[in-house]
Amino acid sequence: MTQQGVRWTTDQVLAMAPDAASRKAGSKLGAAGPWSATGSSDEGAVWGLCKGSGSRPYQTIVDTGAGAGGGAGPAYKCSCPSRKFPCKHALGLLLLWAGGDAQLPAGGTPPDWAEQWLEGRRKRAESKEAAAAAPGSAAAPADPEAVRRRAERRAQRISAGVTELEQRLADLLRGGLAQAEQAGYGMWDEAAARMVDAQAPGLAARVRELGAIPGSGPGWPVRLLEECALLHLLDQGWLHRDELPDDLAATVRARVGLSPQATAAPARDQWLVLSQHDAADGHLTTRRIWLYGTESERTALLLSYGAAGRAPSLALPVGLALDAAVSGHPGAGSLRAELGGQFGVPSPSPMRPQGVDVTAALAAYGRALTDDPWLVSWPVTLADVIPAQDPDGGWQLADSDGKSALPVTAHAAASPGLWRLAALSGGAPVTVFGECGHTGFRPLSTWTGAPDDAAEVISLC
Amino acid sequence: MTTTTTTSTAGTGTATTTWDDLVTAALLGTERRSSTTPRALLDEAAVQTVRRRAGLRPAPAAAPPEPAAADPRPPLPAAARHRLAMLLTDRPGSGTTRRGSTPDLLELLPQWLAAANGHGYAPPPELLPALLDAARGRTDLRPQALTFAGPRALWLARLNPDWKFALRATPGAGTTLPDPGDTEQVRALWEEGLFAERVALLAAVRGHDPAAARALLAGTWGTERAEDRLMFLDSLRTGLGDDDEPFLEQALTDRSRNVRATAAELLSALPRSALAGRMADRALSCVALDRTTHTITVEAPHECDAAMERDGVVAKPPAGRGERSWWLGQLLEAAPLDRWGARLGGRTPEEIAALPVSDDWQGELHAAWCRAAVRQRDIGWSRALLGPPTAPGAVSLAERAKLLAPLPAEERAEWVAEFIAAHGLSEAFQLLGVCGTPWARPLGRAVVDALDIARDAGSYPWSFSGVMGLAERCLDPEEAVRLEGLTAAVEEPEGAAPGAGGYWTEAFQRLVGTLRLRRAMRDELAR
Repeated sequence: MTQQGVRWTTDQVLAMAPDAASRKAGSKLGAAGPWSATGSSDEGAVWGLCKGSGSRPYQTIVDTGAGAGGGAGPAYKCSCPSRKFPCKHALGLLLLWAGGDAQLPAGGTPPDWAEQWLEGRRKRAESKEAAAAAPGSAAAPADPEAVRRRAERRAQRISAGVTELEQRLADLLRGGLAQAEQAGYGMWDEAAARMVDAQAPGLAARVRELGAIPGSGPGWPVRLLEECALLHLLDQGWLHRDELPDDLAATVRARVGLSPQATAAPARDQWLVLSQHDAADGHLTTRRIWLYGTESERTALLLSYGAAGRAPSLALPVGLALDAAVSGHPGAGSLRAELGGQFGVPSPSPMRPQGVDVTAALAAYGRALTDDPWLVSWPVTLADVIPAQDPDGGWQLADSDGKSALPVTAHAAASPGLWRLAALSGGAPVTVFGECGHTGFRPLSTWTGAPDDAAEVISLC
Repeated sequence: MTTTTTTSTAGTGTATTTWDDLVTAALLGTERRSSTTPRALLDEAAVQTVRRRAGLRPAPAAAPPEPAAADPRPPLPAAARHRLAMLLTDRPGSGTTRRGSTPDLLELLPQWLAAANGHGYAPPPELLPALLDAARGRTDLRPQALTFAGPRALWLARLNPDWKFALRATPGAGTTLPDPGDTEQVRALWEEGLFAERVALLAAVRGHDPAAARALLAGTWGTERAEDRLMFLDSLRTGLGDDDEPFLEQALTDRSRNVRATAAELLSALPRSALAGRMADRALSCVALDRTTHTITVEAPHECDAAMERDGVVAKPPAGRGERSWWLGQLLEAAPLDRWGARLGGRTPEEIAALPVSDDWQGELHAAWCRAAVRQRDIGWSRALLGPPTAPGAVSLAERAKLLAPLPAEERAEWVAEFIAAHGLSEAFQLLGVCGTPWARPLGRAVVDALDIARDAGSYPWSFSGVMGLAERCLDPEEAVRLEGLTAAVEEPEGAAPGAGGYWTEAFQRLVGTLRLRRAMRDELAR
């Protein structure tokens, strides 16, 4: 392969960092000082020796392209003992590489220690492909009958949990929501624990969120009624799932918390990484990565989880396009997908999703609700909107004709990303990608200019 | 976003309740309303919730912000933009306190900004919030950061109260100052403006036409408040000249003691002024040359009379100082230095500085001459009082640092280099601070050699962390090559502090790494 790999930008590298401390530590290592024997190959491998506090330098190697690996996303290997992933050495090496040819030469041949690892990745990828190609391969379970019995037992347990939850909701409505204010979290935490026992994590999460609503400020009875009603709708959906159309039944199963039985056939495309952001909930970190298929014009959502303070394992460079296969989850209007094999090195793309105005953005969310009524938000690209402060101190994105506007969610309005958006706009219209939902619009990324003049994607989260 | 307010007519069939009715019913509980069951209420609420969400309408747009003023400067080269993003991710307060072998990025931000401003680049807008946050935390960064940040940053600062400092720190950010030549507008603002505007105006006019500024000030002098008079008088420091003497002489009789003292100080910096002459007469009468022993004899004044007080001499000494030596010091400090040659037998400053002084007066006398040399920016006397760098010197290091300041850059660097070669680094920190950056070659070499010697002596590097930090910021990046050899691990010398060798290697690695980074920064901006 002679393809000259495109180097990432500093921002893209820093977006890989699992936390702020790693970002800082990595930045410090992004200078030639501690590095020696660095190089990169045309296939997207980058390697180097980093002088640490010990006598032996750490051996760091990053496979940015997965050109050899076929795995999901870039892969890292470092001989340091850090449990962060990627570690600061990998980040520092990538920063050095992002600095250009003068800082880290291209066109090299990996040294032995790096080649061993790359070779191992290639072998694993090949055997995986071979396994996938072979009919009736290892993916088939040992005993289909046992799997079916297990699934049935789980469904029964969930049904029991759902029935109990329905009873609790009915009791609450009978006594009135006002009593929820006094009950506090305790009541919901216990109910959530029961849903965990019933193996319905989706329901458990919804129930836990109910507990926070009475303390969430003015208008809480409206929000509590809405969420109770949607929970009730989901309960009923589960109890009557056999009568629902297949797609809706799949959506209900996913919302309740069952993992999908099968994914759709993988679709190969140039997938532009639109945004990547983490949300920490207790001890679980959820990373959401939005992709845009530049040929299929599809939007897909990748989720990756990190437990107990560890960063989610999947990290993709925002603003670059990956030649990759992505397979969607079942369910009507579901955007969830899994990243399959990658082919070649990520490269910048001038493409961007078709932008719409504020009214069309809300209409798109409304249409998506007909497929999935539990949907909180829908990915939308707004074209030609001006970020402006509204009189109450919040923010909105207004159509450039000055008539209609979408409020920015309170959470996003208080984030540093919003100031980056305001700074980029300077009072002029911008294109913004984000999630449009019933609580408002959450900006996730924007572009530095018009599509033609090498505009860069700027992450806002 | 607003919700459509149409009442529900469809749904599960029977219910035609509005959403508000539903919320009220839910809040009170169905027990008190026999008309519905919890199940029916939830069914209806579910339908309406989804309908409300699906039918969301845009909110009316608020008044759009005034567009930011255009920044005509060319954009940063891509590599430099990435560098700035990296420098700005390094925020204080996170991470460990021990400095490892990696560069301290935030310390490099000031020189990066100075270089970028030198090239006249515009900032990448998406980095402005981080830049403003950095400048908010560090006042010393603000002038350079705000120059670089340009009009877009001021536009942002008007939206975010956290960045108010940007509006305060940029004079005329709120209003624009009139052209200093426009007499009418200047006078109008001077008479009606706020205090901060008037200070900025006076400084601008003074820079443009010193006499006009003085005339402006004299016009309203009698009606100004004492603390304002002090601030205004202070702004005459720029462009101070003999023409200012009559005005300053008049200020010597001011009601406020601080104003009088400042006026006296300004007059004493004018060697041809009458005050300087009076002070010289007094000082000269106290110091004489004993022609037989070639020794300077000192007879401090016996009293501080009203005339002396009027000329700015403070009568009451600070606690612990004798009043006669206190008065003498003030007289010497304000006396023009060029009068001493004739008084002391036609000698040059060097010869005078070398003369012995009787009765332990030498310290007092030389310290006062130092202050005079600094105030009058007299290079000849500065050089003489500094003495050769190898000698122990009669005056303190702080005074030597001040004496160095008016000398030409090259001479300063050479003097400090020789001082370091003779005395090592332990006392050099203050002196290094007055040298121009990047350090001239002989100075840089002297510092590096001295660091190498300090390592061989076996002490820990953090005894030199101040100088190390300065070296990282001030050494010429081209010296990195010469330093490579020092980054290798060395055998610890006998009697060295345990582990010191490793820490030195780390410190030198950081030094070389920082220099390389600085060279890269410079090259990226020059592209």
